[in-house]
Amino acid sequence: MSKKKIISNEQRESVIVRTISRIMIPFIQLFGLYVIIHGETSPGGGFQGGVIMGTSIILLAIVFDLEEAERRISRKSLTALMSFGLLIYSGIGVLDMLSGGKYLEYTKLPLPLPAHEISTLSMLGVEIGIGITVMAVIILLFFYMVGDQNAT
Amino acid sequence: MQSYLCHGSETMGKGGDKMIYLLDVLFLLFLVICALVAVSLKDLLDSVIVLAVYSLIMALIWLEMNAPDVAFTEAAIGAGVTTFLFIATLVKTVRREK
Repeated sequence: MSKKKIISNEQRESVIVRTISRIMIPFIQLFGLYVIIHGETSPGGGFQGGVIMGTSIILLAIVFDLEEAERRISRKSLTALMSFGLLIYSGIGVLDMLSGGKYLEYTKLPLPLPAHEISTLSMLGVEIGIGITVMAVIILLFFYMVGDQNAT
Repeated sequence: MQSYLCHGSETMGKGGDKMIYLLDVLFLLFLVICALVAVSLKDLLDSVIVLAVYSLIMALIWLEMNAPDVAFTEAAIGAGVTTFLFIATLVKTVRREK
């Protein structure tokens, strides 16, 4: 398959774009983590934070190269992350069922903590699971649309 | 819990309410203009950029209607990821509408 470019070569070599992206990408990821972790008390949550985390990798793929982005985070690991996030979400739900409650009924978990703290901690776990899954799916969608569609 | 991202109109006086109302009308007018321009443009890359502007205005309207969660999603998905996916589609197909 021929190598297709999103932007032309002289635009890709632009020092300003590369430097600003190199500086900004860690801060975008930090903001994504902030949105995921503060999901219960402020606007945002697992989905929005996951999208922001995924967008940082897409920015890397646009400004540098698709190969560069795939070298940083491969499709195999993205598929594994996707399943891992789903495992966290459903695992917390099934743990609640095993300890005698309904699916995702957090307060039944046998932890030595007050009920509202158990609820907050479990909600944080669920949000982290959603965030990991959404991030992996967004990046994989971009990789499969722009790059080789038959690679695994 | 009172959110700090949105300016609740209940905390404002009479003048504040009127300002928000005028801002609402302005945003909605601009939204309609953006939608019409996005449909009528022949160059599809321009159309995608105008759609990103549409999403940004829509996010401002959600924020103004005290729904910061939806505004967050609209800004991240509408102005971010959808634009990337549309541009990726344009790379694979043709840029100009026939």
